Amino acid sequence: MSIANIQLDSRGNLKHFLMIDGLSRELLTEILDKTAGFLGVAEQAVKKVPLCRGKTIANLFFETSTRTRTTFELAAKRLSADVLNLNISTSATAKGETLLDTLRNLEAMHVDMFVVRHAESGAAHFIAKHANPHVSVINAGDGRHSHPTQGMLDMFTIRQHKGDFSDLCVAVVGDILHSRVARSQLLALNTLGTGEVRIIAPRTLVPAHASEALGARVFYDLREGVRDADVIIMLRLQRERMRGGMLPSEHEYFQLFGLTEERLSTAKPDAIVMHPGPINRGVEMDSQVADGERSVILEQVSNGIAVRMAVMSMCIGTQNLHGQGEARD
Amino acid sequence: MGDDLAELLKARRIANPMMIGIHTGGVWIAQCLHAQLAFPEPLGQLDISFYRDDFTRIGMHPQVPPSQLPVPVDDRHIVLVDDVLQTGRTIRAALNVLFDYGRPASVLLAILAERDGRELPIEPDVVGLRARLEPGAQVKLAGPDPLQLMLGQIPPERRKADAPAAPPS
Repeated sequence: MSIANIQLDSRGNLKHFLMIDGLSRELLTEILDKTAGFLGVAEQAVKKVPLCRGKTIANLFFETSTRTRTTFELAAKRLSADVLNLNISTSATAKGETLLDTLRNLEAMHVDMFVVRHAESGAAHFIAKHANPHVSVINAGDGRHSHPTQGMLDMFTIRQHKGDFSDLCVAVVGDILHSRVARSQLLALNTLGTGEVRIIAPRTLVPAHASEALGARVFYDLREGVRDADVIIMLRLQRERMRGGMLPSEHEYFQLFGLTEERLSTAKPDAIVMHPGPINRGVEMDSQVADGERSVILEQVSNGIAVRMAVMSMCIGTQNLHGQGEARD
Repeated sequence: MGDDLAELLKARRIANPMMIGIHTGGVWIAQCLHAQLAFPEPLGQLDISFYRDDFTRIGMHPQVPPSQLPVPVDDRHIVLVDDVLQTGRTIRAALNVLFDYGRPASVLLAILAERDGRELPIEPDVVGLRARLEPGAQVKLAGPDPLQLMLGQIPPERRKADAPAAPPS
């Protein structure tokens, strides 16, 4: 079985959600459609639906995160699942062994789903490959590889504001090289048939062969890159992932690639500005833009809960198709 | 059916009920009743797919539009409308959705076609048509234009999924 298929069961249903790679436009659209349904749960007096009642979901965070962990936790709780939050700080050695040991222990507690964040690329895959067949794994960010729920919540936010992807010009700005968010976004944008996908970054933060590998037009100049764009996605400057002198200083980065109202003026008048958070104000963008009327950054956070509810319930729903009870006996 | 409902509301002294249809067929029927009785408030719509009791057996259902309740349900007299009543499980789920939105004063159930096969103690207050069917037969509403009640057979591969669960061995 190919690596791309590990996410799907024999009937093509979503079992694990590890990356955007290998998923069809139909499946991504299904996730977006289901998300629209879950958005309404936040408006109920009782903000909960009983879909995953009796299921146990473990948040395994080997890398710190506030927003992602909280929204995964809220999503699981709004699905009526029981949630375990485990913040596991990694020791530099014997990661593989620790990971498997942790996994076996949690499986012994009859956990139905793992939500995994890890600083190493491929960690969620590793867990999915070694987990019991009745357990689902959702990748909440692995190293520089993938952050698929973030990618999908961004797609949902774009669709909410702009509708069809085919006529859109979407620019992703910033540290493309180190960003798992950018990888997931670019893959999803291309799978969904976005009219024009652009990346805008300093030369040192663009991966080799970016335009072919990522299906995007590459710009090294912000003004030029945002011209006539419908959507501008700013990425966080990942200081903790940067080794060596890739940038002279944050101040200089802002001078060249920081988004300001003035630089936004060449984009479409109804363009929206997005950011996965947390924002470094005055580095990636001006506060005026972050808090301005084109910013949809806080909507992204609300949408993140609904997207995670959709993905979690789809994966748990798929487990049920195979008769979880039988597998356990 | 509309006349029966109007009479019942009068007998119960309910002047301003809130009408809610269950997706998808129930919404079509509710639209007709809503127009016929000229209720001033917009129609509510319920999506019960997150509350179904067969999720743990057959997974997620195909997407229907999300629930839309235009005004709060608290202390309101609700008329819940669906196309076909058989097992009663849909109505059980719909009541749960409703109570997650608030605490209604009362709930009446209006059904276009009521048939045998109840698995829960749920009975309609207003009924368009009553039917007793052979095992394996089903009645379905097609629509929205034209609205048509269809009598058919459940395909054999679906019968197993709809059958009651076997007791654990």
